[in-house]
Parts: sequence; C-alpha cells; structure tokens
Amino acid sequence: MHRIERHPILPVPDRRRVAFTWKGLKLDALEGETLSSALFAAGVRTFGRHHKDGAAQGLFCANGQCSQCLVLADGFPVKSCMEFVREGVRVEPVEGLPELPRVDSRSAGLAAAKPIETVRVPVLVIGGGPAGLSAAIELGKRGVGTLVIDDKHRLGGKLVLQTHRFFGSIDAVFAGTRGIDIATRLENEVRSFPSVRVWLRSPALAVFSDRTVGVLAEGRRYVQVVPEVLLVTAGAREKNLAFPGNTLPGVYGAGAFQTLANRDLVKPTDRLFIVGGGNVGLIAGYHALQAGIAVVGLVEVMPECGGYKVHRDKLARLGVPIHTSHTVVSANGREAVESVTVAAVDGKFRPVKGTERSFDCDTLLIAVGLDPVNEFYDKAREFGLPAFAAGDSEEIAEASAAIFSGKIRGLEVARALGRDVGEISPDWYRTADILKSKPGATFAERTPEPETGVFPVIHCNQEIPCDPCTAVCPNDLIEMDKSDIRLLPSFVGEKAGKGCTGCEKCVAICPGLAITLVDYRKDREFPTVAIPFEFLKDALAVGDRVTVEDTDGNALGRVEVAAVKAIKANDRTVIVKVRAPRAFAKKIAGLRLQPPGTADPLPRYVERTADDTVICRCERVTAGEIRALIREGARDINEIKALTRASMGACGAKTCTPLLHRLFREEGVPEEEIVDQPKRPLFLEVPFGVFAGRDGEKDPHGRE
Amino acid sequence: MAANKSPDVLVIGAGSVGTPAALAMAEAGLRVLVLDRLPSVGQGSNKRAIGGLRATHSDPAKIRLCLRSLEVFAGWKERHGDEIEWHRGGYSYVAYRPEEERMLKGLLAVQKAGGLNIDWHDAPSLLSIIPDLNPEGLVGGTFSPDDGNASPLLAVHAFYRRARRLGAEFRFGERVTAVLTGGGRVRGVRTDKGEYAAPVVVNAAGPWAAEVAALAGMEVPVRPDSHEGGVTEAVARFLEPMVVDVRPAPGSANYYFYQHDTGQVLFCITPSPSVWGMDTRETSAFLPMVANRMVGIMPRLRNLRVRRTWRGLYPMTPDGFPIVGWDRALEGHLLAVGMCGQGFMLGPGLGELMCRMVLGKAGEQDQETLSYLSPYREFEGQEKLK
Repeated sequence: MHRIERHPILPVPDRRRVAFTWKGLKLDALEGETLSSALFAAGVRTFGRHHKDGAAQGLFCANGQCSQCLVLADGFPVKSCMEFVREGVRVEPVEGLPELPRVDSRSAGLAAAKPIETVRVPVLVIGGGPAGLSAAIELGKRGVGTLVIDDKHRLGGKLVLQTHRFFGSIDAVFAGTRGIDIATRLENEVRSFPSVRVWLRSPALAVFSDRTVGVLAEGRRYVQVVPEVLLVTAGAREKNLAFPGNTLPGVYGAGAFQTLANRDLVKPTDRLFIVGGGNVGLIAGYHALQAGIAVVGLVEVMPECGGYKVHRDKLARLGVPIHTSHTVVSANGREAVESVTVAAVDGKFRPVKGTERSFDCDTLLIAVGLDPVNEFYDKAREFGLPAFAAGDSEEIAEASAAIFSGKIRGLEVARALGRDVGEISPDWYRTADILKSKPGATFAERTPEPETGVFPVIHCNQEIPCDPCTAVCPNDLIEMDKSDIRLLPSFVGEKAGKGCTGCEKCVAICPGLAITLVDYRKDREFPTVAIPFEFLKDALAVGDRVTVEDTDGNALGRVEVAAVKAIKANDRTVIVKVRAPRAFAKKIAGLRLQPPGTADPLPRYVERTADDTVICRCERVTAGEIRALIREGARDINEIKALTRASMGACGAKTCTPLLHRLFREEGVPEEEIVDQPKRPLFLEVPFGVFAGRDGEKDPHGRE
Repeated sequence: MAANKSPDVLVIGAGSVGTPAALAMAEAGLRVLVLDRLPSVGQGSNKRAIGGLRATHSDPAKIRLCLRSLEVFAGWKERHGDEIEWHRGGYSYVAYRPEEERMLKGLLAVQKAGGLNIDWHDAPSLLSIIPDLNPEGLVGGTFSPDDGNASPLLAVHAFYRRARRLGAEFRFGERVTAVLTGGGRVRGVRTDKGEYAAPVVVNAAGPWAAEVAALAGMEVPVRPDSHEGGVTEAVARFLEPMVVDVRPAPGSANYYFYQHDTGQVLFCITPSPSVWGMDTRETSAFLPMVANRMVGIMPRLRNLRVRRTWRGLYPMTPDGFPIVGWDRALEGHLLAVGMCGQGFMLGPGLGELMCRMVLGKAGEQDQETLSYLSPYREFEGQEKLK
C-alpha cells in the first residue's frame, strides 16, 4: 500500500476501512478519503484513456478544477479528486466517451421539480481559505450576515496542506505556527459567530449579469445567491508548462502532491523530481522528504531560486540537488512517468544541446507559479456587483499575506455595507504590503566572533517578511527593527547582564530552520551544535555519523550525533545535537538526510521523440497544431479555439489559457495583438438535473 | 484579388451569411472583399449558433434554400476535405398536445411539396427513433431524417479558407461607418480605417443589419433579440435527431437540443416574451428554465453535465422570415439580413442565390424564392417553425 504510515508532523489517524472495486478488483480505501487518493494508495495512477487519442489520463490538479481524473463511479463520470469513497462503490476507468447513465424509470425524471432557491445575504465569500476565513472573522465580529462557500469537504483552503511553520509576522498572522494548525484556529473562530454561515462542498458556478451567484450547494442543490457584496477569496491555480510528455500520468502540480501526501497521507511516489524553485516547489520537496519520498532533484530556469533562500537551503542541505539555469526537456514513459530529461539553458532560457541529463523518477511536480482565481471577481465587477478580492485571488503571495489581506478586506466589506469600522490603520496596509513582498537582498553570513559560552548562530541571510525568532528569547536577545519585519534579525549577546541560556527556543521556532545553537561550555574544541530537524525522531540515533553542512548545503564534514531530543513545546520540531570540531561548528546549519547516489543521473539521457507537447489537455491539442495557426497569422484565440477545440474542454480553459499566451510569446507575438476568448459560465460541469431542481437526495451529485 | 483593383462585391459581415456568400461569389470568379468589425471570422452570431441544419420550414423559400445548404454541408468533407462535424441525425418536432399535432401535420403538405423528406410518426414509432423521449403524454411528431447538424465554427472557417484560396479578401477589425453613394447607386463604403470602392455592397451584418442599412439610407425592420444556449460534456451517442418542442411555457417559447458529432449535447431556448436588444451577458434565469424543460421531455438528461453557456442574438423580422433582396432606391445595395436565428442553415444556399443575383442570373425559381423574402413584402403572418 502506498500510504504514509508515520509522519514527523502530521498525525496518522486510525480510520475505518471502506471496501470498493476498481475494474472489478476489490480494494480497500480509508473512510473520508477521495477516490483518487484511494486509487493512488492502491498504486493505481492511470485512470482512463482519452477519447480522442487514447492517451493515458490521470490525476492533475487534485483540486476539482480540471477534469483529468475522471472515473466512473457506479456508472457515473465523477472527478475522483472531489468524490469521497463510498462502501461498495464500483469504480471503473473512463475509456473513451462514457455512456450517459440511464434513469431507472421514466417517471424518475418527472418528479415534481422543486423551485430553485434564492438566498439573499449581505456578504457572500467565495473560498474558505486563509483570506476568506480571516475576512469572515472580521465580518462575524461585527455581526454582518455572511455566507462562506467552499468547494472542499473542510475549511482552511491550502492551509490544511501546510505542515511547516509559517513565516510572516508573529503579531499579525500567527507566524511560527504550522499552517494545518492555523486552519483549525481560523475555522473555530469563524464557527463561533452566529452571523456567519458556512456551506462546504459548495462551489460557485457563475456570477450572472443580474448580480446573482449560482452555487452548487452542498454538492447537490442549485441555489442562486444574491449578495449585497461579493468577496472573492478563491485562491490560486497552478501554472503549467508545455514540454513533451507533459500530460503523462505522474506529471502534476505541487499542490496536487501536497493534497495527496499531507491531506490524505498517501505516498504517491517513490522518486520525485521538481520543476520550479519558487516557494511552492521548494516546500513540496521538503514535504516529500518528510513523507519518506526520495527527491531526485529540482530544476529552476533562473540562475537563482525565486523562493525564500531558507527554503532552498534546507532542501539543499538535506541532499536534494538544485539545478539552477536548468529546464525540463521531457517527461518520459509510455503509460506514466518513468524518467525526466533536463538540460541547462542559454541566456534566452532555451535548452543547450549536449547538456541533457535524465533522472530516474516516477513523478514530476510542476511548480512554476500560480495564477489568481479571479474570474468571479472580474465578472462581478463587469456586472456592477460590488466586489472585493483578497489573498491569492487578489495577488499571489504567501498564506500569511492572505490572512492579513483577508482581515483588511473583511473590514472594507463591512464598511461598504455601511458599518462603522472606524479608520483602518495605514499601518495595516503597510503590513499587508510587507507580507506580500518578494524576497529581498541576500547578505553574506555573519558568523559570530566568540568561541566560548553558548549562543545562537543565525543562518538567515535574506530579507523576507518573518519575525518569530524575535519573540521567543527569554532574555530578548534576538532583535529586529520592527518597523520592517523583512530586515534580518541579529543576536545581541546580552541585555541587562543576561546572556543566552541555551534554551533552544529560537532554534525550534524558526520557520526557515535557520538558527542553530553552538555550545562551547562543555568542550571548547568540540562544541555541541543544536540543529532543528523536522523528521521522525528515530531517523537518527545517538552515535550515528552524519554529514553536516553549511547554510547553502556544502558539506563540512562527518560528525557524531550526540542527542536527539523531542520537546513538547517545540511543536514536533526535533533538536539534533552533534559534536563538531571548533573549526566549523559555527558554520553548521543542517545535516544531510538523503543517502548519496539518490540523485545521480541515468548513464544515458532519454530522448522523447513523440510530438506530444499538449497545450489543451482536455481536448488533447498539441503545441504544434497551435503554433502552425499562429504562424499562419491567427491572433484571435477564438479562431484557434474554433479550429482546434483548444479551451473548449471540461476545465473551462483554466489550464490552457496561460499556455496559449506563452506560445504566442514564444512565437514573438506581442501581448497586445492577442485577442482573448471570453470567460463564460460554468466554472464546473454540473448535471441538468441539479438546475432542473430535481436533485437526488441520496446521491452526492444530484443524480440517481 | 489584386490589391490595386477594387472588388466586384463588397460584403459587410464575415459571419454565417457573408462568408458562404463570399465563397459562392469567389467560386463564380467575382472579386470579393469582406469587411467585419470583429477580429476574426464568425465572431458575431455564427459562433453562438448551436449548429442545427434543417430544411424543415413552413414556407417554400426557406425549404428550397436550406435543401441546397444541406447538400453543401453534407458533401463538404468529401468534396473539400475539411472536417465540419456534419451529422445526418434528422430533426424531430415533437407533439405532446393536439395543438402541436395539428400544427405540425398541417405543414406537411407544403413541406413535402417543397421536396422535403418528412413524415409524421405516432408515439411508438417516434420512440423507436428517440428512445429516451418521455413517453408520457407523447402524441407523436415529425421526423425529417435528411436534416442534421454541423459545427458552425468549423463550417464558417472551411468556407472562409476556401473563399480566400479562391481570391476573396477578408479584412477584420474594421467597422463600416458610411455607405458611399452617387448617381442613385452604391459606390463603396468608408470604414474606420479607409475607403473601398465597389459597385455592389451586401449587407450581411446580422444583428447590426438595421444600423448598416441606415448608412445606405434604408430602413429595414430587423432588430435582435437574445437567446441563451449551452453545451454539455461529451458522452457516447444516445440521441440522433434534433428534438424541438414548440409548446409555450412560463418564460419561454420553444426549445431544442441535439447531440453533436463530438458527443456533446447543444441546447437553446427562446425566451417569451422576447428579450430585445444587444445584451449578450449571461443571465441566471436561463439554466433552471431550460434544464427543467429538457429533463421533463427527456429524463435521462438529468445525468448529463452542462459545461458552458452563452448568449447570442437573433436578428428578428416582424414575420419571422429573412429579408433578402435589392434595395429599390439604391442600385447595387443588396440585403441579406434578418435571418431570425437561421443564418447558419440558410447560409450556403442563400450565398449561391445572392451570387446569381449579383451576376444577373437569378432564374424563375429564384425569383419565386425571393418573392417570399422581399424587403418590400407586407410582413403579415407569422413563421410557425421559428
């Protein structure tokens, strides 16, 4: 079984087994998991074949946005990533076009249609993630009638995937707390307000010109919500890349991976390769290691990773090679990913011939950035419905920024409804901007002079919005100019005659795992270095010899583990103590985990000759077909759509639109010459029966 | 067409009507220039049509034109190679009440006289053609097996590409701002980008027809109303003909749906009362209204997932019949307007007729056809199969 049985951060609950069948084969799932996760846990990752060309289909977004993971559940086509396993459900692959399910008796269709319900609310919040929940809390505090809808089975959005401690400001946004725990806190607070209602499994389907929002309520009822103000906090969707083999099962987004591993505790891969060195890709790699998955490598097309350096560094230190100025050339395999080929890029980001290397992997994560889910906001604005956006729907940034922008937007919404919220402090807007900011300058590491006593070494050398280390020192010895939490923290030695006590709180709290504690008190020649470690305590034992590394991941030497401590107050961060020679003790920032050889390339590189760079995965339209039209002079995406069906598929052009623009760019067509296709309802496919008000009471999809 | 030579015919509108007309004229060796205000071919009402193609009409003119259109659509792939997703699935007008039965049966004589392959089927016979139809209360219906459907998008592109290969020129993103006249006849047009001389100017401007005709000093009774349509996910073939239900219901008149070659079901409903104007923004009323009626008539559809909806314009005339003919006051000004939502099915047949008119070769049968569609008719009566 491909399941995560033990996890350093996440509890592994004991869940009831649920029996189901796949192609007639009896399998076990766990209660409350999706079909896709149950299938992955059983080692199944090819879910069907496309009707156009027979290409293998599998999980892609794991977020209910695309339709790649379609399977038949008791004969009904369903998105396996959104559908929970039910006892005895017969699951079959979708091979070609599915049969339209029949109705048992003709009279079934004639059951009296219920009128479509209209719900009027002061505020509708689309998306119960960090931004939406934070806004709902502000609205709830002021007694403003608020309806929060979310398409998932629980609140929290992507917070529920975040096992790491949060960056940001400890005053403003729970910095230092793990995302999963922030989700629970926000949810509990939202649920405490009588004026706030929550509908789960309730995706918004469209904003109509009569300022009505169509909602599939609780998975089966169509409801027309008429809000006075709309707040869109629907998050982001993952960007995508065009390369040969890009639709093979096993190529998917980093968010999809985190959903499988961190939400559903499925081990979807044994050997993972990552494309993209932003925070999302870096963190996904870290999460993979925590789940016991080998991370074979990461390519980043730019000369430096775009994510926080602390994220990059901790991945590098654990033994993941980070290939900057490299790109993916192809994903290789017939039915699913078997290897990846990468190459160095030239100044124009084109692969350089002769630099290709292939790596053995079964999964390729695409983490090349996010796009805002802002279509409801845009439609609302177009139709004159007062609307606000917060979090990633407004601007892609960290979840800490989403929490804070949601809070501000909550107040602005209340004010738009005529509530007196007083003046929103200009400091808040400044904090919001700081939290959204990209990493700033990187400085050379400042190694402290002394070699006596005990003190922390701060391996945090890049300006990022983060301050938890400044809040935990009992003697207040880590300081930062609080007017801007992007500035680097510094250890001040002593204050009021009090110096470092060696309490290790700063080591444990740092989200970047960038603080160590060097203790010369027992042995000046072989000081003890305390290193934060977010893996299972028994991964290391006293007496083990480990390779220790400097901040960037360069090996310093092999040293002996002196202690492995789990402290309850450390919230699952283990402290590993090593005894290291004085010569490099202060330089130690971490230790290598992955065994050598994990990341070695294959002896020969694998060339994929098939012309299967797919732009529109729903309709299987290749880059070649679209390039040919662009070269013929097509500039109107509507024309390309008409001729190729690109963007006519089930996902509603969510996936291919950015790729189409990218192709134009590659062909040298300026953005202003491109005519975009209009966005139209629906956001998701929904059966006629639901709109007819003839929803099934039993079936989760309103079908019988 | 050589750049320095002015065209023989200038067509305003590269849509369902203007494009096949340009093709027919290019095939006849005429130099054609087509102007359209939108950025590419078929971006007005063509792309919003759901793709039904029928000769099942209530009058000899449209029956004749559409029979010819059907020949063009049905034979296109074989003759020219382009996939236009033609499917000969037929049309069925269903009757659940004596009123519709009477009306539909009453049209059969005219339809058959016009050469249409159509018959009345009682309920059991109709159910053998459309097994998923709700049998409760079903009286029967007509079935015309030679009707069908195709992709308006692919078809208009196929016409466009062939017309261009034959020398027709298309200019997009260019709006006609004046019709140039002199000596009682058309001399050309002015656009927001330049002037073009032409002895014949064709108004094929769809919902903008009245606005464009006014530039030539003519008032035509065309005004658009808006209908919404949609498309579903693709499933294996379960439905052959277009099903049309003309019963009125609160908020709507007729509605119709069929399964396209891709496996998707396309559907559309006529609001009642009509929604006049150029508004093509989506409404919340559409889906519940159309879904309720469709699931009622075909319960199996309850399981079919709707993918996308949109709203398009029907350039309507007072009696529901198109307006095709020469402007008597301005020589060289040809109208092909007011298609009442049937531009796609009329296009190829009508294009050939317009070509014969331009060449002065319209025969006796053409004159008869044109007499039904004259801009100078009384506009009494009312089309029954809108």
